[in-house]
Amino acid sequence: MAIKRLLIANRGEIAVRIIRAAKSMGIHTIQAHSEADADMLAVRQADEAVCIGPAQAAQSYLNVEAVVAAAKATQADAVHPGYGFMAENAAFVRALEEAGITFVGPSADTIDRMGDKVAARQAAEAAGVPVVPGSKGRLETVDDAVSVAAGLGYPVMIKAAAGGGGKGIRIADNEADLRKMAPQAQAEAKAAFGDGGLYLERAIQLPRHIEVQIMGDGTDAVHYFERECSMQRRRQKVWEEAGAACLDEATRQHLCDTAVSLAKAVGYVGAGTLEYLYDSATKEFFFIEMNTRIQVEHPVTEMLTGTDLVQEMIHVAGGGKLRQSQEDITRSGHAIEVRLNAEDPMMQFLPFPGQVSSLKLPEGDGIRFDHFLYEGYQVPPFYDSLLGKLIVHGKDRDAAIALMITALEGLEIGGLKTTKPLHLALAHDPAVRADDFHTQWLEPWLAAGNLKPTP
Amino acid sequence: MTQVLSPVPGTFYTQSAPGEPLYKQPGDAVAAGDTVGLIEVMKTFIDVKAETSGTFKSYLIDDGAAIGAGAPLAEIED
Repeated sequence: MAIKRLLIANRGEIAVRIIRAAKSMGIHTIQAHSEADADMLAVRQADEAVCIGPAQAAQSYLNVEAVVAAAKATQADAVHPGYGFMAENAAFVRALEEAGITFVGPSADTIDRMGDKVAARQAAEAAGVPVVPGSKGRLETVDDAVSVAAGLGYPVMIKAAAGGGGKGIRIADNEADLRKMAPQAQAEAKAAFGDGGLYLERAIQLPRHIEVQIMGDGTDAVHYFERECSMQRRRQKVWEEAGAACLDEATRQHLCDTAVSLAKAVGYVGAGTLEYLYDSATKEFFFIEMNTRIQVEHPVTEMLTGTDLVQEMIHVAGGGKLRQSQEDITRSGHAIEVRLNAEDPMMQFLPFPGQVSSLKLPEGDGIRFDHFLYEGYQVPPFYDSLLGKLIVHGKDRDAAIALMITALEGLEIGGLKTTKPLHLALAHDPAVRADDFHTQWLEPWLAAGNLKPTP
Repeated sequence: MTQVLSPVPGTFYTQSAPGEPLYKQPGDAVAAGDTVGLIEVMKTFIDVKAETSGTFKSYLIDDGAAIGAGAPLAEIED
């Protein structure tokens, strides 16, 4: 049944984004908020608002009972979880189901299955999606390890079978290395876990992070091409692109087709993302995990394909069938998004919440700024530091980078420190402009002092 | 008497994790540079350090309470 009253169980820029999508579908919007968020932009824009608890997220945005109670009290027929918080919380989805309320996302069982790394890997393999090659089970002897490594190809990563936390992990470049390191790893694993069993996996060195956007309606599934998200600091994405300029057309097609196979195999409903490691040297890609939610960086895909993904996920959650066949979905030009965080990049990215004293936004063709700011707004310290996302779309990657520089120069958020200087420096960096980076690139670049204060 | 002030807004903690001992008890000696508290701001944790030496008197804020920048967190007797 089509959704008529939607509770938004999130905050910040994604709440604003969901309200925009819902309103253009004629849906009544109800914004849930903590006591600290009573004056946030989404509360002002929604048709109504409901307080779900104190500032601390554990007592509000992460409180299953409080959010379900708010949905019932406001007679919402559906809840959109955004990203983070309870977007991938199967217990929350089950509580909504019991209350007869639709969750905008996949079923609790799908969330459970894809949230379990082993189960997700098995589902991927069964659907023909390449996974990082590894030993079938635990290896007891060094000779066993050597024969398995010959099949996987070097370099190999040696892990403790009982492991976790990086203990016992070594990288062997050849058989001699492996013969020397495997006994050390066994001894370390035995000391740490009381179990000397080893596990081998192909080491993908300096990989790119590439992901595929999919959408399913429970029967059919389509992809909206890929994103390139290798620019990361402390495993947080900083700068995202659509598409991945490093892929040739045959690899792109194969990558996206495998993502659709997995989505169909699990009867996926809603928006989802399959994440892969990509080895530029061998042009191989390997599935690592699936995110069963709309992601922060979804706007680059929207700019590339012209589809409103948030509207589409609300449509299928309400029981609708996909409105686009794969042939209808095309890509044009190149899109880039940067995350503007309330952090001081010159001071080890120290969080810098405060009051927005002035706000000047860039405008023009191909420029979009998803945010939740207004002049006088007090950014609360209780949540993550994302203030907004600046997205640009150009005819090709060079044009998009040039437009990103223009857009960044036109963006002024007074009263706060933001990561704008980082993005300007990246947009001017020769390696970034040459698309020559990977997931291990940004942190050494920062450590080497490439980000300099502007005079 | 010296007050320890919060350098940033956020959530204040008097111990490094639930179940861990308090950073300081009343009567404890405090050296400049000692950690006397922890603040969570935008999912980042920042140690609060004493700028003066003396004897710890008391916390002025409950563990887990929301605080503003510049809020008095604890008192140290000179």
